[in-house]
Amino acid sequence: MKLIFENSIEGRGCELLPACDVPAVELPIELRRAVKPKLPQLSEIDITRHYTALSKRAHGVNCGFYPLGSCTMKYNPRIDEEIAALEGFTNIHPLAPAHTVAGCEEVLTRCGEALAEITGMDAMSLQPAAGAHGEFTGLLLIKSYHHSRGDKKRTKIIVPDSAHGTNPASAAMCGFTTVSIPSASDGCVDLNALQAALDDEVAGLMLTNPNTVGLFDKQILKITELVHEAGGLVYYDGANLNAIMGVVRPGDMGFDVVHLNLHKTFATPHGGGGPGSGPVGCKSFLAPFLPASSIKTGKDALQVRSFYGNFLVIVKALTYIMTLGAEGVREAAQNAVLNANYLMKQLEGSFEPAFDNICMHEFVLCLERFKHDTGVSALDVAKAMIDEGIHPPTMYFPLIVHEALMLEPTETESKSTLDDAALVLKRLYQRAFDEPESMHSAPHKAPISRPDEVLAARQPVLRYEFSHE
Amino acid sequence: MGSYVPNTPSERKSMLNALGLESYAELYADVPASVLLNRPLNLEPGKSELEVRREMRKIADKNRVFTDILRGAGAYDHYIPAVAKSIPQKEEFLTAYTPYQAEMSQGVLQSIFEYQTMICELTGMAVSNASVYDGASAAAEALAMCRDRKRTVSLISEGVNPDVLAVVKSYCFASNHDLRIIPLKDGKTDLDALKELLSDDVSGVFVQQPNFYGIFEDCEAVSALVHERGAMFVMGCNPIALAIIKTPAECGADIATGEGQPLGLPLAYGGPYLGFMAATAKHMRKLPGRIVGQTVDRDGNTAYVLTLQAREQHIRREKASSNICSNQALCALTAAVYMSAMGERGIRDAAMQSMAKAHYLQERLCSIDGVELKYQAPFFHEFLLKMPRAGEILAELEKAGILGGLPVDDGVLWCVTEKVSRETLDRVEAICREVLA
Repeated sequence: MKLIFENSIEGRGCELLPACDVPAVELPIELRRAVKPKLPQLSEIDITRHYTALSKRAHGVNCGFYPLGSCTMKYNPRIDEEIAALEGFTNIHPLAPAHTVAGCEEVLTRCGEALAEITGMDAMSLQPAAGAHGEFTGLLLIKSYHHSRGDKKRTKIIVPDSAHGTNPASAAMCGFTTVSIPSASDGCVDLNALQAALDDEVAGLMLTNPNTVGLFDKQILKITELVHEAGGLVYYDGANLNAIMGVVRPGDMGFDVVHLNLHKTFATPHGGGGPGSGPVGCKSFLAPFLPASSIKTGKDALQVRSFYGNFLVIVKALTYIMTLGAEGVREAAQNAVLNANYLMKQLEGSFEPAFDNICMHEFVLCLERFKHDTGVSALDVAKAMIDEGIHPPTMYFPLIVHEALMLEPTETESKSTLDDAALVLKRLYQRAFDEPESMHSAPHKAPISRPDEVLAARQPVLRYEFSHE
Repeated sequence: MGSYVPNTPSERKSMLNALGLESYAELYADVPASVLLNRPLNLEPGKSELEVRREMRKIADKNRVFTDILRGAGAYDHYIPAVAKSIPQKEEFLTAYTPYQAEMSQGVLQSIFEYQTMICELTGMAVSNASVYDGASAAAEALAMCRDRKRTVSLISEGVNPDVLAVVKSYCFASNHDLRIIPLKDGKTDLDALKELLSDDVSGVFVQQPNFYGIFEDCEAVSALVHERGAMFVMGCNPIALAIIKTPAECGADIATGEGQPLGLPLAYGGPYLGFMAATAKHMRKLPGRIVGQTVDRDGNTAYVLTLQAREQHIRREKASSNICSNQALCALTAAVYMSAMGERGIRDAAMQSMAKAHYLQERLCSIDGVELKYQAPFFHEFLLKMPRAGEILAELEKAGILGGLPVDDGVLWCVTEKVSRETLDRVEAICREVLA
């Protein structure tokens, strides 16, 4: 499909602004740019048709099943969009006087309070713009806390080897050294390995519970106790909160800091990669270090982005929480877990789960033996799913499971969708034995076949070049 | 109670039964009983869609929506074309995840590739990433790109937006790096002070164009000084001004960043916005965040993929160039639609009109006794005035539905965009005159 620049016709455009009604002012010559930027010249219909064509080559959760593990691709309610588009929210300047923004402040306060209650924390900041940004912020709280006590030797953060890549990357950005500990055979924290890693240089432990293989770590109280005994703090990566909302709270398990992903757990759309929102909550003793997330009170507060956060995303999350209420939040978690277990059960006799337990909101399939038997890889299966209109699961994660496919159906999928998906997967399982070649070359019906990623990285073409015209 | 769980109670029961279970509680058997929440969450009961709409509307109505906005300071009220609002609402874009599965995400990937190209055109730089959280975090990430083992100190002009400064400070505190501030002289970055501060351990220097007070910095001179001492120059830019002013590339910048909000995103009480980041080809592999590249598929067709992923956290973990994994894709899409709808002519017009109207207002206000421009220097669409009884003036403007300038230091920082009519500007003058009479 043509790039938007290739549709450009010299002289076309949209008439959007009236003529200037004040005298023109000349920009001093030495400040003027020499070359005009080559932006497309298009009429409105050209633009609309171009983006409509692009949208047909994209797939969102509102278009079809999207069991992308760890990403909580639940349905994004339309009412949330409608509310976030109200002029009373979109047209408010972030530095407008306090008495004119009572509504915005109410949104931030109410959303913060609801999230604190759901996580069992004492205070929340809604400033971080995404999950990784929340991790960065949460680790800064831990750093600030240790520094405030004059304890500057705590420079290590413990991260299990099953963790998301953002965990060690965030720790590095905060000047910490990452200590990776191996997981036990059941995918949970190996208490001996943890104990061995704990000393007076440990600032904290980062953990996801349920963990990245989709299991709830039964020893959680022991884990948090051990870290606290060593003088460290415990950080909760909220990526998997959707399994446990209203059932059990990170704050009650002994966690000191949490970050959430409003774009996962609280149904705000991912937008093709953002904007998200990554609020950070903490126990009261860490609250003084928290970034402000409302009209600024002091200049000393930690700040990780401009103003107060991705406000409209927060509006959507509050709308969602208000819709669900106490019971609905719990119902969402319970059905997320039910759906995951149901789908795993329906796959019996085909792909094998990596762990044969009741799972939480997601489960991991291990295709190692399957690949040995058929030559068909997890990647091949994922690509074949595209032809069936299902977005592939998360692949090759967590790193501790070989040939992993991680599925998270979420609570907003119906039994019929899960039944259909199970049939598709079983059919693909069989096809791998019957006609493996067709799996290696999948997808066959997508706008493109498999792209050459090595070429893309070796000879990067990162923009359209006009010169050849 | 509202709910987005489609399954009926009987379907749920049959699903539980298929698992050999009777209740949800059995699904949570691994959770120690002592930590199970034995009470309902302390949240209000759920509501129907109509009730939610009513309540949220009531909250929105507690905000004051101004007819005219003469305040900027990092968030700018430019005209947003209708298409820049409707296209990003398409659910295929809105509800998609990061485009990991290229075969199913060509639309999102191509839109980002087009966005990258437009940012390169606007800044004159060779490469752009797919965007980061906002202008402030873009500045912080850019300064981090400049550092190596020997050069660890960052310099930043006092003339940057205060939020940018605060965020850069946080990032430097995080990574244990020194940040030193270049003072201003007559409202512009003091080049003599910069010279003094440029030691051999300085890695990067950040200057904002135009600066927080709306004043044009001498970026070419900054660039020459910085490069003389072997450091890198990061130029923070207003993207609307870039339609007319010398580009970062023309000024010799190594990295260009900026707050992308003026490119079609609403003020929205501060977000979501987007930070743009572009660099010279030399620094391509140091850029943080997502980058889309062009390649071919197995059949030789043009295809787009996320690329240069060896920089990123999911591959490199603690050795990654940043922890960032999302971009602000939908905001980048909005910016691309904005740039397509406005075109070069439209953005230049918005820039020229904003500048002309700002100068018109400045001249009108400075014709009043006691009101004067704090810094005598060429400015874009913001300017700092010393004016008596500023509080009263702003209160009177508010009554007329006008959000006046921002009280800053001992003055008022005004901003005018193409959206404000001459009639309104004349009214602002009249109100000021009345208060100061």
